[in-house]
Amino acid sequence: MRTLYQFHGGVHPPTNKTQSTRTPIAPAPLPGKLVIPFHQHVGNMARPLVKAGNRVLKGQLIGMPEDGVSSAVHASTSGTISAIGMAVVAHASGLPDLCATLIPDGQEEWVTHEGMAYRTAAGADVRLALRLAGVVGLGGAVFPSDLKLRSGKHKIKSLVLNGAECEPYITCDDMLMRERAAEIIRGAEIMRFMLDAEEVLIGIEDNKPEAIAAMQLAAAASDDKMEVIVVPTIYPSGGAKQLMRILTGIEIAAGVRSTEKGMQCFNVATALSIYRALQFGEPLLSRIVTVTGNVRNAQNFEVLIGAPVNELVALADPLPDTNLYIMGGPMMGVPLPSAQVSVVKATNCIIAASDKLFPPPPPALPCIRCTRCAEACPADLQPQELFWFAQSKNFGKAQEYSLFDCIECGACSYVCPSHIPLVQYYRFAKSEIRALEHEQAAADLARERYEFRQSRIERDKQEKAEKLAQKEMTALAARQSAATPEAAADNSAQLRIQAAVEHAREQAAAARPKNIDTLTPRQQAEIAEIEARRAKAREMAHPDAGQPKE
Amino acid sequence: MLTALIVMSGIALVLGAVLGFSAIKFKVEGNPLVDKIDAILPQIQCGQCGYPGCRPYAEAIAAGEADINRCPPGGEEGIRKLADLLGVEFKPFGGGTVQKPKAVAFIDENLCIGCTLCTQACPVDAIAGAAKQMHTIIAPVCTGCELCVAPCPVNCISMVVIEEKITTWKWKYPVYALAPVRRSAFGRAPE
Repeated sequence: MRTLYQFHGGVHPPTNKTQSTRTPIAPAPLPGKLVIPFHQHVGNMARPLVKAGNRVLKGQLIGMPEDGVSSAVHASTSGTISAIGMAVVAHASGLPDLCATLIPDGQEEWVTHEGMAYRTAAGADVRLALRLAGVVGLGGAVFPSDLKLRSGKHKIKSLVLNGAECEPYITCDDMLMRERAAEIIRGAEIMRFMLDAEEVLIGIEDNKPEAIAAMQLAAAASDDKMEVIVVPTIYPSGGAKQLMRILTGIEIAAGVRSTEKGMQCFNVATALSIYRALQFGEPLLSRIVTVTGNVRNAQNFEVLIGAPVNELVALADPLPDTNLYIMGGPMMGVPLPSAQVSVVKATNCIIAASDKLFPPPPPALPCIRCTRCAEACPADLQPQELFWFAQSKNFGKAQEYSLFDCIECGACSYVCPSHIPLVQYYRFAKSEIRALEHEQAAADLARERYEFRQSRIERDKQEKAEKLAQKEMTALAARQSAATPEAAADNSAQLRIQAAVEHAREQAAAARPKNIDTLTPRQQAEIAEIEARRAKAREMAHPDAGQPKE
Repeated sequence: MLTALIVMSGIALVLGAVLGFSAIKFKVEGNPLVDKIDAILPQIQCGQCGYPGCRPYAEAIAAGEADINRCPPGGEEGIRKLADLLGVEFKPFGGGTVQKPKAVAFIDENLCIGCTLCTQACPVDAIAGAAKQMHTIIAPVCTGCELCVAPCPVNCISMVVIEEKITTWKWKYPVYALAPVRRSAFGRAPE
């Protein structure tokens, strides 16, 4: 029997999971339109490879991962791309992002694909295959999985498979483990091989007995050292750091990566998509989504990425008083800006909300410093202090109190007797700090460039001055040398030019106008007048030049 | 009486020598206050303060020649930080300064005649181009100072306001009222 450990704090919200586990996972019918965002993962947006009007096949790469942290995007089914443009996406901001609109043709015609021999291929090739298959963490963080599968400088002892699924209402991982345990285990074997880990620890909360049984059965059939570990139900045991703490007793300090402690953690659904990607060459085109809350038939669906949320929710028969859809669970989820947004790789659950199901929070009262939040915090923080600093926009102090270790689990808001929306304050402070850091970096760059430019201008000025001084020096030297007879020869060119100028002047003086031989007295008078005016003008222009030449 | 005087002046001499020595030995190069002020200024280099760049403005503030409320890009936050640093009272914007949203310059490449006047005006070398060649803005390093707009003889440079994108979006400060609210920022758990 393995010794289990505890993390600090945690809460026990009503789980509300049974509603959606009564029926098996159903495939969602092909929607009339798919809107596939190019930025569904952490990191850089994928670069579009298709244009409006292109016909695409199921599984065809339509978004190429761009530099460093990024992942690929694929056509979820065969059909025609009708537009590439901005559309509102499943994001708390409600802002539009670049999406491809795909009109399915209903033929589900696959692009040619095949698996790869991942055990003999080079590690870099396998990771590139995962990157191009668009495999990202499906637990909600959507971090590109290939980057987590690098066997770096730290030896990985335990590969942790996260099947805790602690958040209320959500059952997608539960149903996946019940129905596709064997494939998850195969994925875990691949990951263990890639990381060269000694053991695989699969953590599942004890409120999922069917999933535990299925996973135990599948794990027993594996040749690898795998262990299904039943952990007590407490929110948020599904946080990566919290689960690793429960399973191994190792606490991961702020700023330390779990790999430094010999652990790497993946969601169970990610394991399955890694298996599908490497064994069959199938990119990540669909995921399991729990549709629950204010609906008649809560259920899990296998949904194509890009399917509109309203069509998906309609399958579960929402009640008429539904007024909001939440993506994710009630603790950490975000409200969707509209029901027309599409399902993305991060969409694990859609909760139909109504005022009856989730009554509006009572007005917030002042903090009474009861520190119940500190008792509940699974990251061992001081939420009441963080709240104080975030509220007063004292961001430096908030960072001193490790604001960025907050996992935004909502346990503090849940227990707060004053109903203060604490997580909102932390999110606000975090994004302000990130923006300030970004601005600071931009200012530093501008300062550097400005100072470089100033020094360059200064340098150019100096060089010019030096050149000028040099020229004057040589001219001075030439003038001095002109006085000596040796230099007289050098001045012959100067003399010739002077001679030519003299000659031209003489010629001009000798030339006379040709039409002045027969002049009427009136014309003569006119000419004389003009000449007089000219002479006067010359005198006015050069009063000290003395008499004109003529 | 005399002994006390001698002892006291002896101590004074010794301490004076120590102070004098350390003033030479530990002399700080440059003016650290200018650096501190310069670190707060946003480095847009726009010259809206009336000085030819952020550093000259910082020097003027340090010398007591300029007010702290002349920097529109720094915002009120910037004034507050300067006031904190210098130990003076916060003052609102003055001297006809106006605050604008953050923008980057944009060159209409069909109109550009390649005169290089804008590249000479740019304080951060954010314009690429040579004589009689089309110019373009290197947007990631453009500070939005607008100094390139005026010199352009064909008016081909415009300022484009940077719109909020998903990647730059910020969570808003929580606002809640006593009346039932539209839950646009749902972050609370059900009771």
